Amino acid sequence: MSSTVQHVVREQLIETVSRLRDEGYVSVIDVTAVDYLEHPGRGDLPPEVAPERFELVVTLISHAEPKRIRLRVQVPETNPVVPTLFDLYPGTEALEREVADMFGITFEGHPDPTRILMPPDWEGHPLRKDFSVGRIPVQFKATR
Amino acid sequence: MTVTQPGHPSHTAHNTTAHNTTAASDLTDTAAASDLTDTAVRRRHNSAVLRIGEDDGERLEAESLASDTTMIMNMGPQHPSTHGVLRLMLEMEGETVLRSKPVIGYLHTGMEKTAETLTYLQGPTNVTRMDYAAPLFSELAFSLATEELLGLELPPRARWIRMLMCELNRISSHLLFQATNGMDIGAVSMMIYGWREREESLRLFEAITGLRMNHNYIRPGGVAADLPDGWRDEVLTLIDKLPARLAEFDTLLTGQPIYRERLQGVGVINTAECLALGVTGPILRSTGYSWDLRRDMPYLDYESLDFDVVVGTYGDCFDRYAIRLNEIRESIGIVRQILDQMPSGDYRVQDKKVTPPPRARIDESMEALIHHFKIFTEGFKVPAGEVYVAVESPRGELGCYMVSDGSGVPYRMHIRGPSFVNLQTLPHMMQGGMVADAVAVISSVDPIMGEVDR
Repeated sequence: MSSTVQHVVREQLIETVSRLRDEGYVSVIDVTAVDYLEHPGRGDLPPEVAPERFELVVTLISHAEPKRIRLRVQVPETNPVVPTLFDLYPGTEALEREVADMFGITFEGHPDPTRILMPPDWEGHPLRKDFSVGRIPVQFKATR
Repeated sequence: MTVTQPGHPSHTAHNTTAHNTTAASDLTDTAAASDLTDTAVRRRHNSAVLRIGEDDGERLEAESLASDTTMIMNMGPQHPSTHGVLRLMLEMEGETVLRSKPVIGYLHTGMEKTAETLTYLQGPTNVTRMDYAAPLFSELAFSLATEELLGLELPPRARWIRMLMCELNRISSHLLFQATNGMDIGAVSMMIYGWREREESLRLFEAITGLRMNHNYIRPGGVAADLPDGWRDEVLTLIDKLPARLAEFDTLLTGQPIYRERLQGVGVINTAECLALGVTGPILRSTGYSWDLRRDMPYLDYESLDFDVVVGTYGDCFDRYAIRLNEIRESIGIVRQILDQMPSGDYRVQDKKVTPPPRARIDESMEALIHHFKIFTEGFKVPAGEVYVAVESPRGELGCYMVSDGSGVPYRMHIRGPSFVNLQTLPHMMQGGMVADAVAVISSVDPIMGEVDR
């Protein structure tokens, strides 16, 4: 499966996505994020990209020449704000709400910044690595 | 009925057995892409979605007065036509839906968080519970992602068994759609027929995987077990029986004027809107846009199979029904080709670090015992990296984004559920219709809430 990875500074995210849209990437297929709190090095970043705690991952698809491109955006813990892609691709609305709900990343300019999966009054963001699942310790726990 | 009913004369020539395909080269047409830049799509999206909070929805419903011209109505999450626990906030004027918003999360169980505590071998038990109508596709996406990180090359028989099982699963999933769609529209007897056929395919799954649903059959490294003795006859019995049953569906539904009146011209969406909203699968194809990952971005060995991509014309509920019905027929054809070409050999990769040894070996070999113990306690280690793979599930593009930190459990596992994204079309399709149409629209999207909420 042909898929390329591109690292984007968040200030240039909108610009990059608009350019990709003009190049024939017809859909944003996925928006998700990763909390690299426990795996900060991650080994596969090019030297010019400074690792941050969060990473936003946007996958776009081109149909004319079937291919995908994955944009990886570093998002700092102290200011987890990213511009929304809603104005370019309205289909990112639910996906961005999910990322905001699960990781606490704010999407600037999002039309409906409410929680999507968790109850509205929920505290915390479950997919962050420092959010405890409250599990009972079981045998073979040390396998992590 | 509303919208363009009744009549819709162009629809009377609707032939559900015609398989239209578009060559991949036709996709270079940039008309759809340039439509995206048009703000009209976004404007319509903004005017269709009722962007209020969940609590506000409840409050406004309670507060609405008889003198108000519009009222807020909450439909679900316990409504029988919402396929589980989907809630819709509808802004209504009389019985006409103005704006709406799907409210989800009632089935959220944190499966992506759970995945971070399960080894790669345990992972499929988790993801198989997401899309419970098509569980093998989630297992497949998860396994393909793991294998790509591992750099594993699967033996041919493992790939072909996976294709066989996935196509059978596509058949059973679409049969379930036929049943629930009929029931939602009021053709209650259809539920019995659709369920009967689906139950027969589930019986086949039980014979092969041991379980009717949640199979945990496709695992990183291959499949859990080889096909049992007599599998070929059982598969043939099923696919020989189905065409006649599908003809019954045509008699019961396709030609029925009442059924067609309920679906034709209802819930119309166009290609530009679908692409802008990230919609995939039968909804995208119903607009006449030919896009199927099996053909356009092949995985496993789909490039060596011959099949048509079924597309619609009008992008309405009837097209989506007809596409799914004909995709069953296509899948039957694919299964026949797989039966003819099924290679022999291993059903899983012979890599001792990934594949547990056969039970009999454990009694005679110390190394086998050690490998067995290590795989089932620690799991196997996967090289650090990140990967996104996608497969064509019955509902559209099902993707798996996986990040490994080099340990025995995924650092992050994300499933891109087609139903989750496809639900965003509901406000579009419902706008201007009646509540009865809303039911038909939900049904035609065929959402599986387990995968929406995860």
